[in-house]
Formats: sequence, structure tokens, C-alpha cells
Amino acid sequence: MSDVNIIIDGIEFKTEAGKTILDAALENNIYIPNLCHHPELLPTGTCRMCLVEVEGISSVVVACKTIVRQGMSVLTESPLINSTRRATLELMHVNHKQDCTNCKKNGICKLQEVTAFVGVNENRLKLLRKTKPHVPPDNSNPFFNLEYDKCILCGICIRTCNEIQGVDALQFAYRGYHTIVSPFLNQTIKDSVCESCGECVVRCPVGALVPKLTSIPSREVSSVCPYCGVGCGILLGVRGDKITNVTGIKESPVNKGRLCVKGRYGYEWVNHSERLKKPLIKKGENFVESSWDEALTLIAKKLSKYKGESFATFSSAKCTNEDNYIIQKFTRAGMLTNNIDHCARLCHAPSVAGLAQSFGSGAMTNTIDELGKAGCIFAIGTNTTESHPVIALEVKSAKKNGSKIIVANPREIDLCKFADIWLQHKPGTDVPLLMGICKAIINNRLEDKEFINSRCEGYSEFKETLKEYDLKNVERITGVPAGKINEAAKVYASMGPSSIIYAMGITQHTHGTDNVLAISNLAMLTGNIGKKSSGVNPLRGQNNVQGACDMGALPNFFPGYQKVSEENVIKKFENAWECKLNNKTGITLTEIISAIDKKKVKALYLVGENSLLSEPDANHVKEALKKLEFFVAQDVFLSETACLADVVLPAASFAEKDGTFTNTERRIQRVRKALNPVGESKPDWLITCMIAQKMGVKGFEFSGAKEIFDEISKLTPSYKGVTYERIDKTGLQWPVYDKTHKGTPVLHKEKFLTSNGLGRFAKLNYRPPAETPDKEYPLLLTTERSLYHYHTGTMSRRVDGLNVLNREELVEINPIDAEKYSMKDGDKVSVESRRGRINAVIKTTKKCPKGVISMSFHFFESPTNVITNPAIDPVAKIPELKVAAVRIKKI
Amino acid sequence: MLVMKEKLDIILSSFSGEGRELIPVLQKIQEEMGYLSPEAMLYAAEFLKIPPSNVFGVASFYEQFRFSPVGKKIVMVCQGTACHVKGAEKVMNEISRHIGIKEGQTREDMEYTLKGVACIGCCALAPCITINDDVHGRLTPKLIEKLFIKKPVNKKTNE
Repeated sequence: MSDVNIIIDGIEFKTEAGKTILDAALENNIYIPNLCHHPELLPTGTCRMCLVEVEGISSVVVACKTIVRQGMSVLTESPLINSTRRATLELMHVNHKQDCTNCKKNGICKLQEVTAFVGVNENRLKLLRKTKPHVPPDNSNPFFNLEYDKCILCGICIRTCNEIQGVDALQFAYRGYHTIVSPFLNQTIKDSVCESCGECVVRCPVGALVPKLTSIPSREVSSVCPYCGVGCGILLGVRGDKITNVTGIKESPVNKGRLCVKGRYGYEWVNHSERLKKPLIKKGENFVESSWDEALTLIAKKLSKYKGESFATFSSAKCTNEDNYIIQKFTRAGMLTNNIDHCARLCHAPSVAGLAQSFGSGAMTNTIDELGKAGCIFAIGTNTTESHPVIALEVKSAKKNGSKIIVANPREIDLCKFADIWLQHKPGTDVPLLMGICKAIINNRLEDKEFINSRCEGYSEFKETLKEYDLKNVERITGVPAGKINEAAKVYASMGPSSIIYAMGITQHTHGTDNVLAISNLAMLTGNIGKKSSGVNPLRGQNNVQGACDMGALPNFFPGYQKVSEENVIKKFENAWECKLNNKTGITLTEIISAIDKKKVKALYLVGENSLLSEPDANHVKEALKKLEFFVAQDVFLSETACLADVVLPAASFAEKDGTFTNTERRIQRVRKALNPVGESKPDWLITCMIAQKMGVKGFEFSGAKEIFDEISKLTPSYKGVTYERIDKTGLQWPVYDKTHKGTPVLHKEKFLTSNGLGRFAKLNYRPPAETPDKEYPLLLTTERSLYHYHTGTMSRRVDGLNVLNREELVEINPIDAEKYSMKDGDKVSVESRRGRINAVIKTTKKCPKGVISMSFHFFESPTNVITNPAIDPVAKIPELKVAAVRIKKI
Repeated sequence: MLVMKEKLDIILSSFSGEGRELIPVLQKIQEEMGYLSPEAMLYAAEFLKIPPSNVFGVASFYEQFRFSPVGKKIVMVCQGTACHVKGAEKVMNEISRHIGIKEGQTREDMEYTLKGVACIGCCALAPCITINDDVHGRLTPKLIEKLFIKKPVNKKTNE
């Protein structure tokens, strides 16, 4: 944009055309008082504080809504401006509860700032009649209060909820003398559609919206949120040995300061009284506290008996890269087996396998930030708002920028509100749906022929198989009208750059890998890969599931996806680690459970997993784990699974250790120690190193996380150029080839990472889910997640406020089905499958299609995975957690 | 619930579903259903693709919109200056005694809603009231008795 010259208070400035007077002034360090202005929100000009005079215009104008013009001369103060401002400000003060010394915003309040600048006349204030009656505060939300008597009606909270969050929980109501900020029907905040993200609380300029816990931190430590795979940058506020608050880092390219309810308010678990503080050894039926030495001696003695195939490790996607690296190194170099896996098996194993087959690399191809600029976003099998809230904000902002949103989901998820097209397909019919879209693209001649010819292979065979997927046939299988599929195909193919985002709805099927391949086909067919704002983007679940995979906590890969079966790779690691290694590919998490059941695996080292709640057919898992001869668990809490262990080791939380997490967009980011570990707990890497050293295994003499990371970057080609210094402020996205390489925001730009550099089209056949509803079990159970809890609830269930917002498992059911079974909201029911039975409470909602019920797996009281289906995908070995046949009964 | 949905579908069938139709839509709903129920407002929000909070924001501004059901006959007792001088308070008490509800209430059988209003502009007829669209002026206790049928035995009321 071109520049214009303006004169403010007689001084000339150059500023960008298109800017407002207020922005131009503030940028040039000229203060114009303002209250309703926020740099991230559209201006409304409601507070009337930024009034200025412009030469040639007879009346005053609001600086926040007036665009600069060449040669414009602006006066920020004059007798007229000052008296107008003062009068308006006095009227605000009359209705503002004067409680500054008690107020939690004292010192950071914008009303104080403006008042100090403008000045008010106390005597005149006394003469003014208070126009608004006292309205009692709304303290219903567990994390923040709304004090109406301090509200200045600037509307920043309303605009934040609309523009940033897209929730629209708030609006002005009872406009006139009695105007207040209010949810629909003047409900309490808790009963409204508010998602408790706290973005409005952060932006409120006065003491109207304030967090309930407000002790001011004595220092702040920059780190990464420990919840989901988005990897938001956070500042941990610390005072003494406690976390006082969490703030989003504005400079973080991932979240740009924004956070969700868990990230902002869900930190209480770190200081929870139930944290493990000392090692525990099971003696008889009970755990007895022990010294580290006693526990380590016992573990070393026992584990040395199980070297080789009778040992297995479950590593953790919640732990840092350094932890995972050490854990896999110990398993391979110390225990001489590749039997190591982690929960990626239960979420994105098909992405790793499928994308590796089509593109040569199994990760998000593009960057979160690019989503906002996509021409079309196709969200399939992802309830982004609940599971990846901050990525959902990018989708919503894309919509605001004019991009088309296609949602494919059997349930009416929140994103459907923002969708231009919603394809409501039957659960488990993703392959025909995606192949149908491909077919429609070719029918409409919208395929990218040049991209297909120059960058891909296997197209003609793929095209041949599309014959099966004529749209009428696809409509019959998926339940989606052919016209809608055709429309979606046209939008996706012609509105580019088009970006696909997907998650568990695609992967947790017995045909999960096929689903991923179908997505890759669609992207390659239209050339929507290898360029900005396009690509295939699996949204990873855990905070460091990408890193745990990168670090080789997988049975078939060393760090950096180097195959354990390849001779030169084995040699490389044998040389580096100075030991002999096993070249036999290990077994996967699901296979380990059956191997334990068959007593082939006799000892288990479990780090930070809670298999009893996360694995399908959980009763079977419990029976199997009881057969172990020796079981070591390492966790921050005594989880349901750890209760079965022989020895439990207390691990430090993310806030108590240094390291790195790699987020869903492959960004390696620094995690920093903010607190000393609770009790005698220790970082996971250190615990594993201590076990290794006790067993006399060499190569575990690390003094800190940094030293481990240096070894990682030496051995992992994609991490080669990464050092702690380089990622001190912002992370880098792998691959980072050398110390000067700036990282790779977009994968597959010139060629794919496959052996010949070509993308591979896959031929696919439709296979129905392993278990479909029948007479005996007439309903289809699908699983989902709640915004307010995280996975098995080990962390989030220990945050009181999150339990207030979502306290129990709710079985969602369509009102028509509920009527059929004569059930109503709040009824207790039993849900039964061929594998077990659990109890939960009913919630009727139109969001669930007929014949489908939906549950989460956060609640140990209603362990949904007791009834889910353990049938696995033949390639990725992921269980079919998204489809099971069940029946329900009132109890 | 389903019956309500069908009723709303018929009410909304003459609109195209654009945001600018909000006020006419709310007026039509109130005309047909007597008041704006939460369900009706949510349905209108979905139909017009407006956040429910905005629908409530608009509806709560206008005096004409009601959020609770009203009786078949809405009795408005004028409390303007002329009526006040001519005994509006007595009129209110008398009506209240006859129909068994206080000012601001709706009778449980949904027959009457009683309201006091600032001025209905018929000062020459003071003291006066309106029952729905009809004005009744120069009221006396006898006239009031004639206007209102006896209250039922059940005295319970809806606020």
C-alpha cells in the first residue's frame, strides 16, 4: 500500500494509506484516549473518547473509524474535544462502581488511564444522577466473573466473542437506560453457549470481566500448552511454587495469543494434592512409598531378566521429545527390543502409514496459520471446535475472509454452523464419499492434469477403480445426495487453494489407512498439495504426539522415521550408541496387549499412558495387564492403569522440566521449567536414564535436556538444523536440514518425499465397518471428545472448574430415538455392546443423527472403551473406536 | 415440540430467511403465538442465520415484544395525568378485584393480562382502559362489573 502524509497536532507524519487516524497516531506515539478500541477487533466508535477535529470538517470525528487522507490535518485536543470527552467520561463514571483499590484491574484499567489523561470534575460528578440500578454480578462461570456495575459498555467482549471466537455468546440487551451485556434470554454465562475461552476476559479494558483467580505472578516462563496437538505458546505465571495464571503468547505463530478454556484455565492439576511425590512399590495388595534407590534397584534387577522380545514399552505423547528419545533408546539399546509404541497407534497411525505411502511423509503438509487464507477448507472427520479449538479459530477466520467451508461429519458439529456445504455421511462410509468426490471432479473435468502428469504416478489405475463409485451408488452407501457431493467436488476443486483437515473420524476405523489414502488421492487429483494454504492436514491429538513419532517411539522406526529393518540404519545407530541392536521390527500397542495376554510379553514399562481408559475393549486390557510378571508405570498421577503396576515412579509435569514439544504442524517448540518438580518426582528422561544406568547400560549419562537434544539432532535428519538457541523464541518446522535452513512450512513443494519423488495414487475398495448395528445391538456408537476435558481426564478431571462445566459422561442421542426408548434428558441408562456394559446419563440432541449415539472417553465412571470395538486396521493396527454396535436400556 | 416446529414453519414460510427480516419475523411470531418463547426465538435465529444472543438483544429493546405468554384479553389501565386525577388507581383496584390478578399478572386460565400504562391518549374519556383494541372510557364501578365476567374459583396466577 502507498503512503500518505498527515499532520497530527502540527507535526507531519508518513503513514500507510487505509489506516485509521487512531492507528496512525498510536503508531507514532501520539496518545489519543480510547476505550472501545482493540487492535485485533473492528472499530465501532462507541466510546466517543477518540474524538478529534479534522481541518475542513465542521464537527468532531471519531479517530478509530476515520481513514487517513493525503494532507489531512488532525487536532487531538481542543476546547470542544476536551469538553465533549470530559462530559462523556463523567457519564461513564457515574455508572461505574468506584472501587479502584479493591478492583482486580487496578493499575491496568483503561478507564483509569483515560481518566488520568482527560480528567473528570468531582463536583460535577456529584450532581449527576446515577441512571442505572445495581445489577448483581454473574459469578456462574467457574473461571471468571462478570460485574455489571463496572461495565462501560464498550462492546469489546461482544466483538471478541463474535470476531475472534465465532461463538456469539454475548450481545447488548435491554438497550436504553438499562443496557447490559447479556447472553441469550439473559441466561447466566454458565448456562449460555459461552465456551469459557476467556478471550473476552483478556480484552476487557475495565474490571467488568475478571478471572476468579487473580494472584499476580512474580515471574513468567514461556512454554507450550500441555493439552492438545495445536501447541499454543503460553506464559506460565508463577508465584512461589504455584502456577498463578496462564497467558497466550501474542508473538507465537501458532496461536497468536489465543487460548481455549483448557489452555487458559486448566492448569490446577500441576499443583494438585494427588500428584505422585515418591516412588511406590506394591507389597501384597497395597502400594508402599519407597526411596528412589530401592525402586530403581528392584526395577534394574527385574528388568534384566526380560531383555529382548518378552519386554515392551508404552511411551508417551504427553512427554517431551527428549523423554521419548531416551525411552526408545533405553528400549532398543538397553532392553534389546523394538517393542515400543505409544498412543499414536490409537489416533494417527493410519496417517503415518497412509501419508507415507502417498507422499513419503506422515505429517501435516502445511501450517496452521495458512488455513486462514485458504480458498476452501474441507474438514472431514474432525470436530475441530471441541478437539483443536485454536485451529477451529483459523477455520472461522477463513470463513470471515470469504473462503468456502465444506464439513463432512455424521454429527452436526459446531463447524456445521460455518459450513457452506455439510455432507452428513453415515459413519464408516468415508472411502466411498471421498472417491465419489474424486469421481465428480473428473466428471466435471476439474482435475489438475498437469500436476497429475508431472508429479504423480498410478493415476490411470486409480481412475479405473473410480468406475465403481458412480454417484448414485455413492449416495446409496453414504446417504449423501449425489447433488451435494457434486457441489462439494466443484467447490473443493475450483475454489483453491483448498486445504483438507481431518482427525480421528478418518483414522479410527478398520479402514483408517484407506480413508487417509482416499484423502491423498483427492488432494493430488486437484493439485492441492505442495503449495501454501492447501495440503492434507491430519490434526494430531496429543501435545507431543508428532514428536513422539518423530523420536521413534514406534516399533518400526528409529528417530526420524529411519527403518529399524534397514541394515545401514542399524549400523548408524549401533555406531552412535556403541551397542548391538535388534533389527526385528517390534510389535504395535494393540499387538503388545494381545502378546501380554498370551504371556509372550512378560514385562511392561508404561510411561504416561492410561490404557485402561484409552484402549478399546478395556476389560480385556485389564485382564491382560494382570498377567504381567513385572509392570513399571511412570506418571504424574496414580492413573487407573498405574494401579495395576508393581512399581510406580513419580514423574515431573511439563511445567517442571525443560525440553521440546513438536506440534501438529511439525513445529519444534521449547518447553521450559517453571517450577521445581513436586516432591521427589523427576523428569521422565532422567528417570529412564537412572534405570538404564542402574542396569549398567552405557550412553545415558546426560546432564540435561539440551544435551539429549544435541544427540537427537545429530541422529535425526529432519531435526538436524535445530538447536535450543534457534528455537528460543519461535519454533522451527521440520525438516530443518542444516543450521542455516529456516525450516519447512510447506511440505512437498517441488517433489514428494517418496523414493522416486512422485506422489502415488491409491486404488481403494469400500469395506464396511467391522461391526454394524443389527437386531440385537440396533444402535451405532461413535466416540468423540469434549472441549472441557482431555482424553482419559488424568489432567482435566483434576481441574475443578472444568468439572463444573462438564461433570459427567453424557450419551448423546437423537430425540426421535430417545422417544422410541421412552427416555428423556437426565435419565440414567446402560449402554451395552458385545464386549461389556457401562452406565451413563442421556442427553437428547438433534446433532446426533437417528440410529447413532455418541460418547466421550474422559470419565472413568463411564469407561466408554469397555464397549468399543478392538477390531483393527490391517495396515496401521488402529482399532475401530468410531463404530460399534450397541443397545441401550433405562436403569 | 414438534407441533411447535410445524407451527413456526408455517409462520416463517412467508419470509426468505435474511437477517434484515428479524423484526417482522418477531412481530409475526408474536402475533401468531402471543409472545416470544425461547424456542421460537432460537428457531428464528436459526432461520435468519443470526446468533440467538442478537435476536434477544433486538427483542429486548422494543417495548412491543413480550417474553411470557399473555391472556386472551390484555387490559391496559391508563395512568396518565387525567386518568390519575379521575381515579385510575381505584379503577385498577376494582378490575383487579374482579378478575383476580394484580397489575402485571396473567390469569392462569389465560383469559386476562392486566397492565398499567402511561397514557393511552383518550384523556377526554378519563378514567379509561383498553381491552385489546377497544377503548372503554368514563368508567364507573358498575361499568367495570359489566365489562368483566366473574373471576373463577381457582385464584392461582402466572407472573
